[in-house]
Amino acid sequence: MAKRIEASNVSSYYGSFKAIDGISMTVEPKTITALIGPSGCGKSTFLRSINRMHEVLPGARIEGRLTIDDQNIYDADVDVTAVRRMIGMVFQRPNPFPTMSIYENVVAGLKLNGVRKKAVLDEAAEKSLKSANLWDEVKDRLNRPGAGLSGGQQQRLCIARTIAVEPQVVLMDEPCSALDPISTLAIEDLMFKLKDRFTIIIVTHNMQQAARVSDKTGFFSIDRTGEPGRLIEYDDTQKIFSNPGQKKTEDYITGRFG
Amino acid sequence: MGDYPSRSASTSAGGPAVTARHSRPAGNGVSPIPPDDRPPLGGGGALPTKARFSMETGFRGLSTAAGAMVLVIIVAIAIFLVSKAVPALDANTENFLTYKAWFPNETQPRFGIAALAFGTVLTSVIALIVAVPIALGIALFLSHYAPKRLATPLGFVIDLLAAVPSVVFGLWGRDVFSEPVKSFSVWLNEYFGWLPIFGGDGPFGRSILLGSLVLAIMVLPIVTSLSREVFQQTPGMNEEAALALGATKWEMIRTAVLPYGKPGVLAAVMLGLGRALGETIALALTLGTTFVISFNVIESGGNSIAANIANTFGEANATGRGALIASGLLLFAITLVVNMAARAIIYRRREFRDSAA
Repeated sequence: MAKRIEASNVSSYYGSFKAIDGISMTVEPKTITALIGPSGCGKSTFLRSINRMHEVLPGARIEGRLTIDDQNIYDADVDVTAVRRMIGMVFQRPNPFPTMSIYENVVAGLKLNGVRKKAVLDEAAEKSLKSANLWDEVKDRLNRPGAGLSGGQQQRLCIARTIAVEPQVVLMDEPCSALDPISTLAIEDLMFKLKDRFTIIIVTHNMQQAARVSDKTGFFSIDRTGEPGRLIEYDDTQKIFSNPGQKKTEDYITGRFG
Repeated sequence: MGDYPSRSASTSAGGPAVTARHSRPAGNGVSPIPPDDRPPLGGGGALPTKARFSMETGFRGLSTAAGAMVLVIIVAIAIFLVSKAVPALDANTENFLTYKAWFPNETQPRFGIAALAFGTVLTSVIALIVAVPIALGIALFLSHYAPKRLATPLGFVIDLLAAVPSVVFGLWGRDVFSEPVKSFSVWLNEYFGWLPIFGGDGPFGRSILLGSLVLAIMVLPIVTSLSREVFQQTPGMNEEAALALGATKWEMIRTAVLPYGKPGVLAAVMLGLGRALGETIALALTLGTTFVISFNVIESGGNSIAANIANTFGEANATGRGALIASGLLLFAITLVVNMAARAIIYRRREFRDSAA
């Protein structure tokens, strides 16, 4: 169910602006990798490059090589929708479809992939909501609007929607930044649970969160505004937070910078 | 992306601005803040009393009056229409709602709305059936497919189409557009004549079809403009959510854009229908002015309430005018029913829309 992601020398551009420069890293299957760093350093850009959401923006393009289990996702003959089904994404702000019920939100991805059988959809909805630790809270009101839930519940609904299509990799772009500490904890618990099935890459501004949940941590930084972001250090989370190899990393995690 | 560290900006913002305001020489080192005889902005001393008449009460009165004006105008129009219509309806020797012909100016006035109302609704419905799919196509193209360089001027042209006076559309429909429609009608009659709506022996030309197509062109820009606005307002994060689930562009539009825009599109269609139902001069110029109820859309004929008012008002006597006003009242009633039906549809899923806000 989970696959290895390998980036080599990936640079992403917005028009003529180079947002990240020469990122190389390998993400092992069934691990949680945290990407940390100051705002504007390209963490989210890199994350969005992994499932080809970067190119949705006008003028955005990418150089370098990104592979999932040795298959280049930027090959000319690769179907971009297949890449995005294989590599799901949870966004910073909870974004359930406002016109859909909780149930319809969860099965939206399956319906897009042509699943029509009610029994299959029902089963997938229950399974995904249970995986997202949301089932008990919403099982009696599956036909209520998804946007009527609290922020934390909405974010778990979005996670349920993402994992309902059974991706190999789940990307999370600051999934807890709009949530209170209790909801944040719920999502972190969820990530541990999902680690058995998915490869997870999470961008976070919360260093305690990175230290708590991740196996490996990548630290991104920029020299100054307008420069492209670079991967300064990528190592075991344990090592990054106890004995970082770079001065910059140490300055950042101890709060002296950024 | 986007939120760069603002630390350096905020630290530098405080310093110079403060010193610039008190621009007296600082002397050596710290100078005491000079005494200032102005009262502080937050108010010193006793609390001042409230002014009895202020901008606040004045503006409140103005806006209340403006709101009340709507009611006054509506009531005044209703009183006028009813007071003129009732004597004519009393003099009518036929049933106003079911009689098809229109002879209100005779000594024994005979007039009925049936054929006119039928023509009004039929032309409007056909116009919408033709215009709405095209309008939605244009709106989606402008909001999601066209490059910005193309979308802006094209949108401008669409808006320009809405600004063309209806009499121009009417003249164009009568003198130019009627020829191709006539040829098309003959073709339809030849190959699809077995369908009652395309049957008959002619003459073809100034038919329900011509009137409806001209109406469709007039309705098109309204529906297009409003739908485009609504589609553009689809939250980007919902579009991204659909794309991230592996949707193609069209699937994304079906999943995120169309459901989100549905109430707005419905409102746009209703506005278009309102324009079509009330359209006067274009239909007066393009319809054949007959008083029959027939679903045949290509034979010369057809009429509508508003077109009939325009055509016959000049020769009408007092009863005739009253009869026309009564027909106007009925048109108003039709529009009202249509609007209420549309609102009922929009509010049915209100729960979903409100919680999204």
